[in-house]
Amino acid sequence: MGVWTARRVLPGFPLALGYTLIYLSLIVLIPISAVFLKAATQGWESFWAAISTPRVVASYQLTYGVSLLAAAINVVFGLILAWVLVRYHFPGRRIVDALVDLPFALPTAVAGIALTAIYAGNGWLGQWLQPLGIKVAFTPLGILVALIFIGLPFVVRTVQPVLEDLETELEETAASLGADRWQTFYRVVLPPVLPALLTGFALAFARAVGEYGSVIFIAGNVPMVSEITPLLIITKLEQFDYPGATAIAAVMLVTSFILLFLINGLQAWANRSHPGGTA
Amino acid sequence: MSIHVQNIAKRFGHFVALDNVTLDFPTGELVGLLGPSGCGKTTLLRIIAGLESADSGQVFLEGEDASAAHVRERQVGFVFQHYALFRHMTVFDNVAFGLRVKPRGQRPAADKIRQRVSELLDLVQLNALANRYPTQLSGGQRQRIALARALAVEPRVLLLDEPFGALDAKVRKELRRWLRTLHDALHITSIFVTHDQEEALEVSDRVAVMNQGRVEQIGTPAQVYEHPATPFVYSFLGAVNLFHGRVQGPHLQVGADQVRLDHHGFETGAETLGFVRPHELDIVTDLSERSGIEARVERVLALGATARVELTSVGHDQTGRFFEVELSHERMAALRLDTGQRVRLQPARIRLFAPEAPPVELTA
Repeated sequence: MGVWTARRVLPGFPLALGYTLIYLSLIVLIPISAVFLKAATQGWESFWAAISTPRVVASYQLTYGVSLLAAAINVVFGLILAWVLVRYHFPGRRIVDALVDLPFALPTAVAGIALTAIYAGNGWLGQWLQPLGIKVAFTPLGILVALIFIGLPFVVRTVQPVLEDLETELEETAASLGADRWQTFYRVVLPPVLPALLTGFALAFARAVGEYGSVIFIAGNVPMVSEITPLLIITKLEQFDYPGATAIAAVMLVTSFILLFLINGLQAWANRSHPGGTA
Repeated sequence: MSIHVQNIAKRFGHFVALDNVTLDFPTGELVGLLGPSGCGKTTLLRIIAGLESADSGQVFLEGEDASAAHVRERQVGFVFQHYALFRHMTVFDNVAFGLRVKPRGQRPAADKIRQRVSELLDLVQLNALANRYPTQLSGGQRQRIALARALAVEPRVLLLDEPFGALDAKVRKELRRWLRTLHDALHITSIFVTHDQEEALEVSDRVAVMNQGRVEQIGTPAQVYEHPATPFVYSFLGAVNLFHGRVQGPHLQVGADQVRLDHHGFETGAETLGFVRPHELDIVTDLSERSGIEARVERVLALGATARVELTSVGHDQTGRFFEVELSHERMAALRLDTGQRVRLQPARIRLFAPEAPPVELTA
């Protein structure tokens, strides 16, 4: 009895589950296991040596640190952007709305080159920032800018539909009960939006960790300073050091999985503490 | 607290929502704003609350000009048609909201809040559901919670926007009786918006009938029902039969037929519109009778407390006009009407209006 044999109203459970498992295996699990298998062909010492050199460890810190920061920044400004798009009607709103998706569509290398051109010491923005002592291109700050750029649509697009479902009457009620703008925001608006905001954060973060194309142009790729982990993997591949490349990739996979798992847990918690939130 | 609105005007683009509205809402009264959708009643309510600003005109709360005051400062309780409960909060937290957002100095202590919320939940008879979430409640329960939440901050005025509009017929009836009892207990100045004439007449101390951004009439339910000031009020407050005719001394000439009139202020020869309620019409089967408008029986509905007869006119210039008559079952039995039978309609009371008034829509 149980899940497998019980008669159910919704048809097709065995077929749907079978399809899901096969699809997931072909597309996700088998390629990922290949990474682990390849990484395991070497001995433990060489695996450890590949993943623990100071240069590699510095790249982990850079990649995950800047990715988290970029996703956090996107949460704040993505929420504001989504809010403006949902709540206000102004000329050109549709154009702004379409612009949000652009980082999705643009080849990331194009984005990287464009950002580098603008933020370089002689670029449009760079030439004004340089005298202030702010160097963007070829520093970790440049990586941050690129990762914010590519992560923005994730937050906006996950939060937008939830905000659209949030009646303005709720805010009007809060105001009529004496709440000020800030109280209305954190007591009435934020709680229902929080799960979507966390999803947006997770997506933007995951995208940032794996980002390669836009970052390598603007980062300058200085070892120990502005070299991201995906670049290290490519470098090793180019040197035909497949075990070394897969070893680092395996570390990235495990770390990303753990972090995403934690964010999902946070999301489940946010949903549980506001059970009416999605109804 | 009394409310007075003075020359309020509001447009949305080219649409005139409110056209110079001046109204008085005396202290402690429950006033119904009644009108068809788009007549401006909700806009007026939102302007009084401060959720919308008028293009011109002023809102006085207790004699003080509150036109510039923010909704936060007006101390009005507002109840929406779709409840607008905070879905992520329990019933208790919803009701406590207004108390918890008060500035630190005025905020009651936690146990005071608990006590006050508990009192309010007793008032709306839902104390047992304090820990539920809004999605776990029925529509009627949600609206009672919304009301308790609005009352928590001790508003000076209670404004209700179609409060029973989203509920089914039975719950509606129950809730409006309950609202009336509640108002009798609290005596807080209240305005409620509705498009349901029965609801307005049953619940309100006074009814303001609105149409196309103007107030057509304000008065007690009996006044507006018995003595409608305009054709619109007449037709909006219940079913009505309409006769186009010409005044001939003490008669109204309708096509080839005529009916007797009581005293009226019209000169002989004046074109008028005669309004008669269904229960004010009688049917005579004797066609040789000189008075009465000839009509053909189309349908007889003998359900409920009274029987209804639907008829169409047969006069050459009024063919196809529809009439509705309400009779007692005894009268019905005496008449023994057949479908297709020709009869005469005799109004016991007829109310005349000059035809230059805009043509009125018959709204059931």
